Formats: sequence, C-alpha cells, structure tokens
Amino acid sequence: MKKILGTAIVLSAFLFFSCNDAPEETNETTTAETETILGGGQSAVKDDESAKDVVKIAVGSADHSTLVAALKQADLVNSLSNAGPFTVFAPTNAAFDKVPKETLDDLMKDKNKSQLQDILQYHVYVGSLKIEMMEDGQTFNQVNGGNITITKKDGKVMVNNSATVITSIPASNGIIHVIDGVLLPPANK
Amino acid sequence: MKRNSFKTLAVLILTSACLLFLQSCKPKTAQSAATGDASKSYVAPGKYDEFYNIVSGGFNGQVAVYGIPSGRLFRIIPVFSQAAESGYGFSEETKPMLNTSHGFVPWDDQHHIALSQTKGEHDGRWAFANGNNTPRLARIDLTTFRTSEILEIPNSAGNHASPFITENSEYIVAATRFSVPLDDQNGDVPINTYKQNFKGSISFVSVNPTSGEMNISFQIRTPGVNFDLSRAGKGKSHGWFFFSCYNSEKANTLLEVNASQKDKDFVMAVNWKKAEEYLKAGKAKKQSVRYAHNVYDENTHTATSTIKTEVLVLDPADCPDMLYLIPCPKSPHGTDVDPTGEYIVASGKLAASIPVFSFTKLQKAIADKAFDGEYDGIPVIKYEAALHGEVAKPGLGPLHTEFDGKGNAYTSMFVSSEVVKWSISDLKVLDRVPTYYSIGHLSIPGGPTAKPHGKYLIAYNKITKDRYLPTGPELTQSAQLYDISGDKMKLILDFPTTGEPHYAEAIPASLLMNKQRKIYKIEENTHPYVAKGEGQSKVERKGNQVHVWMTAIRSHLTPDNIEGIKVGDEVYFHVTNLEQDWDVPHGFAIKGANTAEILIMPGETQTLKWVAEKTGIVPFYCTDFCSALHQEMQGYLRVSPAGSNVPLLFSTGTNKPAVTATDTTKK
Repeated sequence: MKKILGTAIVLSAFLFFSCNDAPEETNETTTAETETILGGGQSAVKDDESAKDVVKIAVGSADHSTLVAALKQADLVNSLSNAGPFTVFAPTNAAFDKVPKETLDDLMKDKNKSQLQDILQYHVYVGSLKIEMMEDGQTFNQVNGGNITITKKDGKVMVNNSATVITSIPASNGIIHVIDGVLLPPANK
Repeated sequence: MKRNSFKTLAVLILTSACLLFLQSCKPKTAQSAATGDASKSYVAPGKYDEFYNIVSGGFNGQVAVYGIPSGRLFRIIPVFSQAAESGYGFSEETKPMLNTSHGFVPWDDQHHIALSQTKGEHDGRWAFANGNNTPRLARIDLTTFRTSEILEIPNSAGNHASPFITENSEYIVAATRFSVPLDDQNGDVPINTYKQNFKGSISFVSVNPTSGEMNISFQIRTPGVNFDLSRAGKGKSHGWFFFSCYNSEKANTLLEVNASQKDKDFVMAVNWKKAEEYLKAGKAKKQSVRYAHNVYDENTHTATSTIKTEVLVLDPADCPDMLYLIPCPKSPHGTDVDPTGEYIVASGKLAASIPVFSFTKLQKAIADKAFDGEYDGIPVIKYEAALHGEVAKPGLGPLHTEFDGKGNAYTSMFVSSEVVKWSISDLKVLDRVPTYYSIGHLSIPGGPTAKPHGKYLIAYNKITKDRYLPTGPELTQSAQLYDISGDKMKLILDFPTTGEPHYAEAIPASLLMNKQRKIYKIEENTHPYVAKGEGQSKVERKGNQVHVWMTAIRSHLTPDNIEGIKVGDEVYFHVTNLEQDWDVPHGFAIKGANTAEILIMPGETQTLKWVAEKTGIVPFYCTDFCSALHQEMQGYLRVSPAGSNVPLLFSTGTNKPAVTATDTTKK
C-alpha cells in the first residue's frame, strides 16, 4: 500500500519537476532548432570530413577576411555553400584596400546591401571554370547578370583587364581564383 | 475499502500530475510557428489526407504516392524499373512493359508527372510519366495505381521536356533533351559535326479520350538545341505549347561553359493547332523508325509489346507560322503557364531576373512581324515585344514556377535555396522562405491547371545533408510542405521522400479515393493460363517446358506437391489468386529463383518462370502475410535428373507422407 502511494508521489514529483523544467528545456530546444532549421542554412551543416567548399576556403584564408565579411553582410554565405558549382573570383584583402575606405564602409551598410550583393555576385559564375578552360577574349555572364571578359597572355589571366588571377584553389563546390583587384560591375549589364 | 481509497488517491495524483505535465509542456504558438506547425500537417489516425501527391521517382524509375498534408508515403508504383517487391518487370506478364527497340530496358530516369485534364482541370483518370533515359512515356491508371501503358519515343535521345499535357488531354508532349542525328540517318558521324547533323524533335502524343491509349500523332523536327521543359497553353493560349531550349550555341562538348555563351537562349512557342492543319493537309512526311508500344490488358492481366515502324514528321521549313522563338535569358529551365493562360514564366537558371511573357503580346508580335531575325529559319520574336515584364532580383538560380490561382506565382531558387512568392500582375516579390536545401521542383495541388488549390506548396530538395538522422554517404531527398493560404508562406512539415523526386502533381483525394478498384473479378479473367477454381489447377509438360496452373486462396496453394520435374526444365508457375476480397494479395516465391517473387492481386493471374538446375526438393510459398495460416501456405517441388522416369504428378491434400517401416514397429 505504502509502496503504491510512495511510487505515485515520486512519479508525480518527477512529473511536476519535469513539467516545471519543461518550459526552459523547450526554449533551449527551440533556440537550437531555430538555429539549425531556420537560421543556419547549408553553411551551418556540421561536416569536417568533406573537402572544403568555396566559403570554407575563404573563411580559412587570412588574406580574404574582407571578402568573407562582405559575403556575410550580403547574405551570400548560404548560397555559396550550395552545390554550385561556382567559380569565385576572390579579391584579397590587399585588393579591397585599393578601394577607398569610405566606399567600402558605405557598401557594408545595411541600406546598401543590394549594391554590395550586386558587386559580390559579379565575382561569381555558376559553373566551375578552370584556368585552362578560359580563352583569351572569352566572356562569362556572372550571377548578377553582368559579363566579365578574360584576357590570357603568356599564361597570365586577367579579368576585365583590371584584376590578375594570382592563384587558383579547387573547392568541393567549384573553384576559387584569387585576384588582386575588386571587379566593378558595368553600369549597363 | 481503505486500500481502495489509497489507490484512488494515488491515481488521482498521478492523473493530475500528468494533466499538469501535458498542459505546461504544450508548445507555445510562437515557438511552433518557428519550428513547423505540426497541427496543420497532422492527419489523425483513421483520417484521410486532403490530396494525393503523385511524385516522380527520378533515378529509381518509379512513381511514388504520398498524402498531403501528412507527407505519408502510400505506394511506390513500378513504372520504368523492375520491382522485386511485386514482380513487375520480372513476371512473364509484365516483362513486355519494359520492352523497347533496344530490347528489354528494366530501368529509367523518371522526372515529370502530368495528370490528365478536362477543361483545364484535373479529371482524375490518368497520370503520365516520362522516362528520360531510353525515351519513353508511361500512363498510370489512377483507379489501380498501376502502369497501363509505355510508349517509346523515336527520334529522341532523352525524353526530358515531357509529359506535359493540354487542357483537355488532347496531347502529351515529348521533346528531346539531347539533339542527335535522327533515327533514319546514318548516325556514324564525327561528334563535332553537331551543327550539320544533329536535330531536335518534339513528339505530340495523342491520348484516346476513352481508353487513354497513347499514340504518336506527329513529330516536329527542330533545330539541334536541347529541350528542357514545357507547358501547354490554356484558356486563351490553348492550342499553343511552350518549350524551354538551352544550348542554342549547339555546343557538343563542355556545355558547362560552351552552352552558356549567349546572353539569351529561347522559349519555343509551338502553334499545335496549326500543326494539326498541316498534318491534315498532308504536309507530314513518313519517316521510318522503330519504337515499342506496350499495353497492359486488365482482363488477360498481360502486357503485349508491339514494335512500330513509322512516324509522321512535320518540317518547319514546309510549315510556316507553326514555330516561333522567344529570346530568354541564360539557359531557361522551367517554362510555366499561369492559370489564365496569359503569362508564360521562363526561368533562366543562370539569369538574374525572371522574364514573364504575355500571350497577348506574343500574338501581336507575330501579327506585327516584330521579329529579330531567324534562327535556323524560325522567326525570333523581339524580346521586348513579347515581354510582360521581368521579376527583378528574385533570388539565385530560378528553376520552376507554380501558381496559387490568386494571382501569385511561386518560383524555386536552387542556388539561394528558397521559394519566392511574387505577384504576376506587378512582378513584385511578396515573400520568400528558405528550403533545406537546394530546391529543384515545387508543387502546388492543381498548380499547373486552370484552377489551382492554393493551400499548400511542396518543395522537393536536392540536398538533404543534416535534415534527418544521417545514414552514411547516401541520404534520402528532403521535401518541405508550406502553408500558402495566408500572405506569408509557413513551413509546416519536413518529410523524406523515396527515389529522387523531380516534378510532382497533387490532386484532391475526393477525385480518386472513391473510384479505386478493389479486386479483379475472377469471371472476367481471360488469362490463357487462368485456373478459375482449384478444380482447374493442373500441370502440363510441353517438351522441356512445364506449365503449372496454380491457385492461391487462404491458406494453401494448389497444387502444393509437384513431382516429375527434371533438371533443365523451364517451369512456369501461373498463379491465380482466387480471393475476391480487397487487400488480400497472395505472393509466390520459389527457392533459387533468379528473378523475384510475384504478388498476385485478388482475381489476377501472374506467372513466374523458374528453371530447374539440380535435383532435389525445392520449397515454394506465399510471401504476402495473407492470413493466420499464411506460414502454412507452402509446397514442394521434386526435381529429378534429366531422363528420369518419375512421372509428372501434382496434388494438394492427397499425397500424404508414406508410412515407413520404423513407424510401424513403434506403433
């Protein structure tokens, strides 16, 4: 008899306890879930085994912190973590330093997000273009709708005659060509 | 008494504790909104879903049927691939379904679904499905959810832009993804002679309004582009068909780069009423081809495959005003027509905007000859002349568009993993929701018809990654269900799918659920080897072929003892399920069968071929848990050496074990 009552009290205490605890737990779960379900996107997938995608390579490069900050500000991190394939012309920090600081600061403001997106999307082609696939005079239509023109002389590849490809890094979802200048989309695409 | 009151108290405490627990643990509204609204997709036990979702299977070659909003999987319908589960493509009756001009092809890549329509609305009769690899079209009967017919498409190399349907199911189309030298040409040419030798082809396949039977009415020879997707006009644009074309560069290598050179590819507008006139006027030329037409007969329960040898081909050079090209930015993928038939939405998958064309403007442009030259002799309409407007910066990688019937369009964005809702009239983006991840197609029940049911939207994603418990390198494909009844799209369910869904359609359950076939009437069974009762079961030898007329009923097979089979014999088990009771199939399997089992529906006959390879006793049994004595539903086959004089004997219930000498002593 006492046993039954005892069990009941212990059980109910446990239930009460877990109930009282429940809202907190639920909140935690919800927050965590919100992160993976709604906030995270493909860039938040935990995976240290696969080869690095274009975003992870850029994040891991000390020379590309400005580009990474800009990609984050432009909400392009998840898109570039997609299956792609992408060719990213990735200006180095030094390349961004050639842009007047006020201009850059201005672009990083929320009100100028679409302009920043336009510029960054001008650095991305959907398709994986190795250097050997590029020909002198060839044009490629970039994600923002604008065209870039490739010049190829003595093994040196330039984009729009303004930025030189310094090195190329293959990624799991495409390829990064590191460039020494920032590309500016033509006013008239 | 006391004891009882204590018990009561304990129960009370427990109950109240549980009640409290339940109450305090109820999800909060805000939270549930953030993590999916389970109540909206919840279909209580015993309740039905609102919609059937008929979903392509991609690389599994089958079609799957889900319930919406629950996301529950009801069936996988074998279509282009053999199915070991039912014996489809393994049984003698169904093998002809997979016959082609290339012989037996037991797999295909199934991408798109088209449900039959009458007056622009679903009529719930048939679902059509394309085979993308060895070009084929299939018709599924929606009263049986089984494949009734498969038609091979000649002059095609990848039936991708298919099986889109006209508003009265006059035609389904089949346009080739790959252009190739046509079937009657010498195809042994250098690949880099693409521009001279490779041609495209669009087939208009008529659908018999009574039987649903498909026939290639005519084909149109086209320039050597790649056709991607298509939609029929409807309402005011009925009589027209729209196809997206890419690789207008006619590249034959590294299309990743070479098919993206031009700023614009095309949407091809086909005036098929005009094509019909040319056909009547005798403008079509007969071309010699070979293609298989396979039809399943519900009475003989057997498919027959016929090789056909001729098609009628219309050459646009002889048929002016039949084809027009509308320039469209960057490798258009989906080309979708809104419920009114006025707007044609073409999603250039590499484009930064979505062009929306106006049918009225297109007609005016044609009348005004507002052309921008020709492409292979076909007039190219001036882009602006046909353009209603562009959706600016909709997202990245627009693929496909569906409609809710309330003036809104919903476009899937592969690269930015989202669905974008926009207004057709002013082309303004109204809402966007993320998908997980990399959405391909999307489906709104009735979305491609004149009267969509704008309540749900299903996103079919290509990348699943961390959405579900991981299962090694190979993951299911994820789908997400959104409530689109309000201004904002709301994610309400995330469910895994089978195969690799591409396009899907959804149809109100009320159109299908009350006309489902439950059994096949045994008296209507005209299978040549039917046994309409156990008295008709028998075994007959014809040379080294042995035919077994077998019956199955709860819970025995007749005959269940068979002797006199010899090594090298081909044994055909023709099993008739004598049940006349819904949901009581029987199965048949025999040890060592190098095919599969067969499932036999009530009243049906199916045949499994089995070759006797060595002497011994071979068991066979029913594979479908049919009854309490399912495990007793079994039998034996005795195989003797070739040349043995063991006579052919068969029985059920009479051939009892012989009494042995030892047993006699014990007694």
